Order: sequence, then structure tokens, then C-alpha cells
Amino acid sequence: MSGPNTDYDPVEVSTLKPDEVDAARDAALAAIADAADLEALKQVRIDHTGDRSPLALANREIGALPPQARKEAGQRVGQARGAVSKALAERQAVLEAEHEERMLVEETVDVTLPTDRVPAGARHPLTTGSELIADIFVAMGWEVAEGPVIEAEWLNFDALNLGPDHPARTMQDTFWTDPADDAMVLRTHTSPVQARTMLTRTPPIYVVCPGRVFRTDEYDATHSPVFHQVEGLAIDEGISMAHLKGTLDHFATAMFGEGITTRFRPSYFPFTEPSAEVDLVCFVCRGAQEIDGVTCRTCRGEGWIEWGGCGVVNPRVLRACGVDSDRYSGFAFGMGIDRTLMFRHSIADLRDLFEGDVRFTTAFGSDL
Amino acid sequence: MKAPVSWIKDYVALPGDVTTEQLAARLTALGLKLEAIESPGDQITGPLVVGRVLTREPEPQKNGKTINWCTVDVGDANGTGEPQGIVCGAHNFDAGDLVVVVLPGAVLPGGFAISARKTYGHVSAGMICSAAELGLSADGEGIIVLPPDAGRPGDDAFEVLGLHDDVIEFEINPDRAYALSLRGVAREAALAYREEGATFTDPAARATPPADADGYPVVIDDPEGCPLFVARLVEGFDPSAPTPDWMARRLVQAGMRPISLAVDVTNYVMLEIGRPIHAYDADKLTGPIGVRRARAGERLTTLDGTDRALSPEDLVVTDDSGIIGLGGVMGGEPTEISGTTTRVLVESAHWDATSMFRTGKRHKIGSEAGKRNERGVDPTVCEAAADRVVELLVTHGGGVAVPGVTVAGSAPQPRPIEMAVDLPARISGMPVPDETTVAHLEAVGCAVSTAGDTLAATPPPWRPDLNDPYDLVEEVARIVGYDQVPSVLPTPGAGRGLTRSQQLRRRVGRTLAGAGCVEVISFPFVGEAALDQLGVPADDPRRHTVRLANPLSSEEPGYTTTLLPGLVKAASRNLGRGAPGVALFETGTVAFPVDRGPAPIFGVETRPSADDLAALLDTLPRQPLHLAVVLAGERERAGWWGAGRDTAWSDAVGVARRLATELGVDLEVRAAALAPWHPGRCAELLVGGSSLGHAGELHPNACRATGLPPRSAALELDLDALLAAVPDAVAGPDFSSYPLAKEDVALLVDTSVSVAEVETALRAGAGDLLESIRLFDVYTGEQVGEGRKSLAFALRFRASDRTLTEEDTSAARDAAVAAARERCGAVQR
Repeated sequence: MSGPNTDYDPVEVSTLKPDEVDAARDAALAAIADAADLEALKQVRIDHTGDRSPLALANREIGALPPQARKEAGQRVGQARGAVSKALAERQAVLEAEHEERMLVEETVDVTLPTDRVPAGARHPLTTGSELIADIFVAMGWEVAEGPVIEAEWLNFDALNLGPDHPARTMQDTFWTDPADDAMVLRTHTSPVQARTMLTRTPPIYVVCPGRVFRTDEYDATHSPVFHQVEGLAIDEGISMAHLKGTLDHFATAMFGEGITTRFRPSYFPFTEPSAEVDLVCFVCRGAQEIDGVTCRTCRGEGWIEWGGCGVVNPRVLRACGVDSDRYSGFAFGMGIDRTLMFRHSIADLRDLFEGDVRFTTAFGSDL
Repeated sequence: MKAPVSWIKDYVALPGDVTTEQLAARLTALGLKLEAIESPGDQITGPLVVGRVLTREPEPQKNGKTINWCTVDVGDANGTGEPQGIVCGAHNFDAGDLVVVVLPGAVLPGGFAISARKTYGHVSAGMICSAAELGLSADGEGIIVLPPDAGRPGDDAFEVLGLHDDVIEFEINPDRAYALSLRGVAREAALAYREEGATFTDPAARATPPADADGYPVVIDDPEGCPLFVARLVEGFDPSAPTPDWMARRLVQAGMRPISLAVDVTNYVMLEIGRPIHAYDADKLTGPIGVRRARAGERLTTLDGTDRALSPEDLVVTDDSGIIGLGGVMGGEPTEISGTTTRVLVESAHWDATSMFRTGKRHKIGSEAGKRNERGVDPTVCEAAADRVVELLVTHGGGVAVPGVTVAGSAPQPRPIEMAVDLPARISGMPVPDETTVAHLEAVGCAVSTAGDTLAATPPPWRPDLNDPYDLVEEVARIVGYDQVPSVLPTPGAGRGLTRSQQLRRRVGRTLAGAGCVEVISFPFVGEAALDQLGVPADDPRRHTVRLANPLSSEEPGYTTTLLPGLVKAASRNLGRGAPGVALFETGTVAFPVDRGPAPIFGVETRPSADDLAALLDTLPRQPLHLAVVLAGERERAGWWGAGRDTAWSDAVGVARRLATELGVDLEVRAAALAPWHPGRCAELLVGGSSLGHAGELHPNACRATGLPPRSAALELDLDALLAAVPDAVAGPDFSSYPLAKEDVALLVDTSVSVAEVETALRAGAGDLLESIRLFDVYTGEQVGEGRKSLAFALRFRASDRTLTEEDTSAARDAAVAAARERCGAVQR
């Protein structure tokens, strides 16, 4: 802080000469303009505005002047310092902007470099497919029922009107547990889950039962001893085949797209009467049987794809499971999840589902 | 069931322009599912004509073969009327025979184009055909020699050979046994074209001679098993008489092999009418025929040469010599028809379907007769079928029908079914007027009477499958047409959505996929070898599997108790196919026997009681849902970011921890030793003190045995138990926004002390101000001395009501360290 100094010799105050001040200002402004980078500007700032700089010295001397000279000198020095300070700030902003721009250029990376340090995981299409199916039914107000895979013979067969002498019982080649008279099987369908549901709940019942089932089939591109089924069961007052058709049409459309509906053909299953096979409009040729004049490969020119079996629940099954067959009627259906996914996703070989090759599974990601 | 269209048309007059495809489609819509249509002529383009061999000159060749240079009269078919010169390599014909000639310009099956060509020094203008060349049989022996009356030279051989006669193969459902005959198929065809006026002529409707006392004596001991036994006798039969061509052709079309006239006639009538027939050599019978159940210890050698021990449930046919046949299933060897039989006793009997099924199953006999008898045959056609057999044996075998007709017993009578008239409309969901219901039931052969809202329908005798009102519903619905069923969505009430467990399982899958694991689904079968590879000890509960009576492979006879063998196999497969590393997971059911079998079998008339049901469920194996992970090889890839990293024990434990965090479960981890894990690198995973499973590095021996790389890691836990520990609803945490205070401490402990123990002690000592604690470094080495390690923890403190002072924080830190010293012998560095 400078103040009046009685010992001060005003003759020596050469720095306050107007041309000296102007020269110091001009030198500062020139140096600022010349500063090529922030580092240089920093030195310029020290040289021209620092404590030992001419303008700082001049400023310090103002107080020593006679009062009449103070005002003019003060004004001159102040203006000079202001001009320098403004130029510094402007130059600082310009250099900072330049610096940042250069930094951004210098930091450029190759954004196409791989980023897959940890390989991606995936869920199995049979799992996500089962969930997709479950969601379609849950959205209609249905629930998802489950049961064990090692099942009592009575629940897998007898309760479903497949008595010990029923010819249909030999149609399904069954895995029996040892000893065979233990009366337990690896369930041949998810129908025992339907039986369990009827035995433990009171109608109305609307359930789907997705799950793993077993038959002693050969293992090849289209057969597997272990496969997956989804069955549905609706028990309510006034249920008819029309409700079955409506439900399966909705299921087909939700699964395969608008316009994909179903047709029924008479068939036979012990647990349903009347029974039907259900076909699906081929979702590839959309029933046209050919694409650009070439026979559709998905449906082999049929226009339809065999999808599953269905029917009205046989009252004998209702009685065995404690449902009042006079008051209630019901429908049931069942189809292979594996098979459904095979044609929905053009999977040529069923074994791909069970080999566990990650290249197959990761193609589907975490959801269908 | 293979049905030649010409044979169907013998019994039903269809509109003239109906194609085979249309007929098959209509029958499919009625429930006889089209399997395939065989059109033998489709593969051949003409000219294919009848020819008469005029000359046949054998010409031996240098290669040792003899060819025949023939001239064949083909009428005007060759455009000249001159005989056609043809070289033929077969020898089973002679001049004068009628043969089948394919002329130049024709194409045979397989795209085999025929032209006049020079061979063996002649120009052969066509070919004399064998059945194989025409695609009619696989048998290539000799050319076809037509019967003398088959036609005239130049006639179209397509007609003569029946090449235009399509065969429809149907898949017949078990309830439609009547359609295992042309009678049944034709009846359905008439039904299919009833609106076009098609009428059905019943081949079984024939005047038969009345029963009398002069027939072969038959005594039925078991009228329930065999309610009706018809026997007829033909004498003077010529055993060398050939089967007429038309019959042989139809048998072949229907998929049966012609054998001899007597056998062929019984098969033909079975196909025609649906009634299996048995023929005995009457000269080999001694005394009256009897029908009874077998007695324990009795045996029979059936005509397939198999000596069989009989069950007291088997129905047998006897004579004075003993048992001569398994009734309705297969005859015995000694009384079989042979090449010398001249007296044929025809049996046309009705058998109890259930007994037939059981006997067939017990003796593993699957015959065409058994297939029909066990599904149910029209009991009222026994006499007609026997009479038809007699007729054909007499006509084609030169026999004489011996007077005398045995009819023992009587056909069972169908019982009427009562049904609400509107049931078909209600159950099918189609608008079916009452009169339509009655008309359609009558159309399938029912006798119908109505009383108010109820009708009584007596099924026809060929429909033993019709027993319940809903059976009648199906009959009405299929005739109205399943394509008429409207599409109506049912209206269930509000559903409860997915269960908590179902939702959580989805979350588990997504978490694991998010952690870089790929889901697999393996077969749940296991054998000793797979458990040996993993080093599972003999007394381990995982060795006690639910055994299968009929496993796919004797190597894998059990339902698995662990998911690891399947995952290990899949991991090896991936590595073998070139994957540098693999992380797989599976969620699946495993099973542990409870050894409380057998499971009870209840009746089906009513629901089993709650106690009965509970008892049944109690016998089933315990079947928890497991989760397993196997990691092997490269876990993190090398890249521009630096080096990669191979799988370590911590990856498996890490997956478990990540899952627990996601599910909000407090997971406790402690050291354990269990196969197949490395004994020093095996973590037991616990929740609330209960063990869920294990994770860690696989034992080097297990890696070697399974072919996995060293340091592979695995996790297996009881997913049901883990999910049971998931809190129902997470309470929103109460957290403070006052400043954080940090304190890091380094503690020296013995290497045997686990981090978890030290952390627990620090946590206990630090008190309520502790917000979090995290191990950030572990050091072992000279500076800390042998058998010691240094653990560096970051402690973070925060109060809910104030800014902590230095005194607050250091007091809490000191208390934490003191607790660690006290409990774990920790010394602060």
C-alpha cells in the first residue's frame, strides 16, 4: 500500500510521465497480443501487471504526487491498467478456448475399439419363450400353475381318464421309476398339473402349465426324450369349444402376429371329449401355401402348421378331480413349447436347444 | 389304415367329380386324419400298354447272361400295328403271355426315360416291365405276367394294373376302431357326402344261413370274455389254389402281404368288414372247441413260433388236445392252416376288448387282429364275416360249404345314452338346433328317441366308443363341422398374476445373464460315472438317486441330484468347440428319493379324500429347484485395455453374492469342504444359519476327470431355499445427508482368520455410526511376518442427526479395532 511519503523525491517519479505510462501500456498490450499460449500469457501477466511491473510501480507512485497532479496521473495510470487487464482477460479466454479445442482433438480415440471385456450372458429361449406364453395368458387374467416332474402314476394317467387298460396309455412311451410298481413316472405331459389344480382349487379355474415332460422317444432333429409343453385349463360355468377357439386364436395371434388364427380337426384324447387337433395358419406364407411361386418350406405347402391338441375336458376327469361336472364344464389344450419355438424362430434342429452351445443361446439375448 | 379309393367306392356312391384329395379332406374334417395319399401312377407317364408276347428267342451272351429277343403284339399302341421288338433280361414268361410294355417316349419312376436303343445287337423299342420298374414293389424278380383275361394287346395298362387307383392312408384314433375297415371308411365317406346324396351299402349286410345244431361244437366257458363264437366249415378246399389277382392287389394296397388263399381271404374280410377271422385246419382239431381263461402254468406255442407262459387272465381256445390259440390275439402252431389244409374251420368270434388289450400287452403281440379286437369290433357282424369268408373260400378255393352253422352265445347289446338335447349346442358353442342333433346322431347310426328336453340315443353296434353324453356331443359337433365353432374369448375374473416365486425366478435368470452367464437346459439323467468324475463320495446323498426302470441309457439310470454333471458336459462341449472361456448356468429340478413308495392308485369315480391325496403326495421324491453355475477358461478377455483374466474361485462366489444382493438376501459365506470343490477353496453359502449350497474352485481332480481347464469354478444352491429367504417387501432405507467421515484401518491377523470374521467384529465394535465397511487391501509378506496378513478396511461413518466430530469418529474407530483385537487377535498396524 503506498501512501504520502514526505521523504519522497518527486523529481525521481519518472514513471509517471505520460509517455512512459503510455509506453508501458503499449508494451503490455503488445506482449498480451503476442502471448501464444496460456503459459506465455501467464508470464506476460506477471511481467506487466505484477508487483514489479512498470504500471504497478507507477500506480504506487501516484500517492506521492502533489494533489493537483494526482488526479490526472491517477486517471492515466488507471486507464492504462484497465486496458491491460481487459486485454489480458480477453486473451485468456481466447487462449483457453483454443487450448480446449486442441485438447479435444488430441484426446480423440478410436471409438470402434472393442469394449467386450466380460462376455455377455443370455437366457435360454425355452425359458423366455415359456415366460412369453405365460405373459400372454396372465394378461387375460389366467394364472401359471406348476407341479413336480416325477409324478404319481394316478395323477399322470388315471385321473386323466387314462385307465390302466386304456389303449392311449401305450401311445405314450413312459419313463417309470424303479421299481416300476412304485407307480411313479416322469410326467409324460403337464396334464397332472391340471389335475392337481382341480384337486386343490375350486372353479372358476384358468391356468396355464408350462413345464418339462418326458417320453422315451429317440433323440433326433425333431424328437427328444425331454421336451417342454404348455397346457391350459379353463373350468367355469358355461364353458364351450367356442371359448377354447377364442383363447387359442388369441394365443396364436399374440405369439405369431395379426391374422394368425387356428383351425380344429376332430381327434381323440382320453382327457377331452370332444377332442380336436389344432392347426395354426402358417405364419410364414400366411396360409398362401407358397411364396413367390415356391412351396412354403415352413408348412410344406399345407398353409397350416400342426400345433397341438385340445378339447372339452372329459366329465370323467372332472369327477375324478372333484369338480361338479353338472355345474361346470371346461376346456384344455396343450402344445410343445420346443416345437412352437422351432417354427417361430426357424430352428432346424431340436437338439440345438439342449446342447448348451453358447453361440445358440446368446443369439436370443435375455428375452424373446 | 390304408384304404384304396376304388374299394371305398364299392360301398359308397360318391359324386363323380370328387377327387382323392377332396375325399381325404372331408374325411379328415370328420376325424379320419389323412396321413398320406399314394398315387402309384403319378410317377409314370405313358404309353404303358398290355402286350402279348409272340416270340421269345433266348440268346446267350459272351458275358454269360442270356437275354431274350422278343416280338410283342401291342395292338395299335405303337401306331403301326406291327409287333414291337424288345430285348428282355427276365425269364419268367413265355410266348403267348400277356405282359406290360412301356413304349418309347414314356417316363418311369425316377425320371427313367424310355427310348428305342441298340443293345445286344438288336434295336429294343421299349421294355417289358417288372413291378419294381413301375414302382409297385421293391421286389425286382421277373416281369409282370398278367392273367390271360386281363385285357387285350394295346389296352392301357394303367387301368389293368390299377395305377390310377389312389390309396388314402388314414391315422385312425383309438376311439374310431370301426374305421379300421373299408366298411367303416366308406360309412364315413357317405356321411361326408350325405348332402350330395351319397348312400352307403353295407358289405356286412348279407343273408346268412341260420344257426343250427349241425355246426362244429363250441362251448363258451367265459361269456364275458367271449360273448359270441361263430364257426363255419369248408371242405374240399384246394390248398394250392392261387389268390385272385384283384384280392392280392387290394391286400398289397392296404399294406398286407399276400400269403396263401386261405390266409388272404381271412385278411381280406378283416379289411372289408373289420372283423378279425381265425382259420383252423379242421383235420388237426380234436373234439369240440372251448373258450375259457388259461390256468396258471399253462403254455402255448403261438403260430409265430414263440412258446408262451399263459396268465390266468388270458382267454384261450381249446380242443381235446388242450390249448390251441390265444383267443382273438394269435392262434397256435399245431392247428394252423398249412399248404396241405383241405378242411378249413372258420372262427368269427367277439372278444372282450380289455382282455385283448391286456393279453396283447402281456405277450407283446401286436397284430392286425389284436389291434382291432382290443379297440372294439362290431359284435353283430360275426355271422356275416364268417359267411363272407366261406363264400370266398368256396369261390376261389374250390371248397364246399358244409351245412351247419355254429353260433355260440350272442352279441352284447349297446345301452342307450341319455343326454340333454341342447348339450351339443352348449358344449360345442355352436348354434345346433335340437332337430339337427337328432338327425346327426341318427346319421352316425344311433337310434334316437326324445322326451322333453332329454334324448336317449342307442349307439350302433359298431360304435362301442360311444358311452357318455359328451361322446355324442363330439359326434354332433364333427358333423356340423369343427370349422363352424365360433371364436369367443372367455371372461375370467381378475387374475393374481405371477406368483412371487415365478417373478423371482425371472429375476434370478436376468441377474445371472447380466453377470455374463449363459443359460443351458440339460437332460436331468445321471449315472455313477458322472458322479465319479466329480469325486462325489459313495456315501454322499447325491449318490442316492431316483432310479428309472427304463432309462434311456444304462449309463445314466438315475434322475439327477445335482445340476453340475450336465453343466460340466455343456462347458466341455463349448470349450471343445473353440470357446476360450465359458460361464453357464441352469435352473432345474433335482430329485431325492424319500423311499416311501409305492404311490397309491385311486379310483376315478370320485375325488380322493384330502388324506388320501396327502398320502399320495407324501410318496413322491423331494424335488427342489436348484441353481448351478459352471465357469471355465477365460473369464475376462485380453484386449487393448490390458491383460485378460482366467476364471477363479471368486467368480463362482461372486455370482452367489451378486444374486443375493439383487434379491435382498443376507448371504453368509464360510469355508467348507465338499466335492467337487477344491477343499481349500470351497465356500458354503448360508442364509439365516441354513446352508443353501456351495461355491468355489473345482477340485483339480474333478477338472482333470471332466476335461475342464484347471481353476474352473462352480456354484450349486437350492434355489427354492434362496427364494424363500427373499424379503416380501423392502423397507425404504432411512439415510442421512450429514457429512461423511472416513477412517481407514490396517489390521494384522493370523492367516487362518477370515475376512468375514474380522469384518463382523469391526462392525460390531463400530456401533451405530458406522455406515459401511469395505476391505480394500490384503497384504502378506516379510513386513507382516510369517503366518500373518494385513487387512486394510475403509470404515465410513455418518450420524443421522449431526456432523460428526473428530472425537466421535476416532472413538468409533477405536472401538471397532478393539473389538477386532478381542475377537480375532487383530493388531492395528
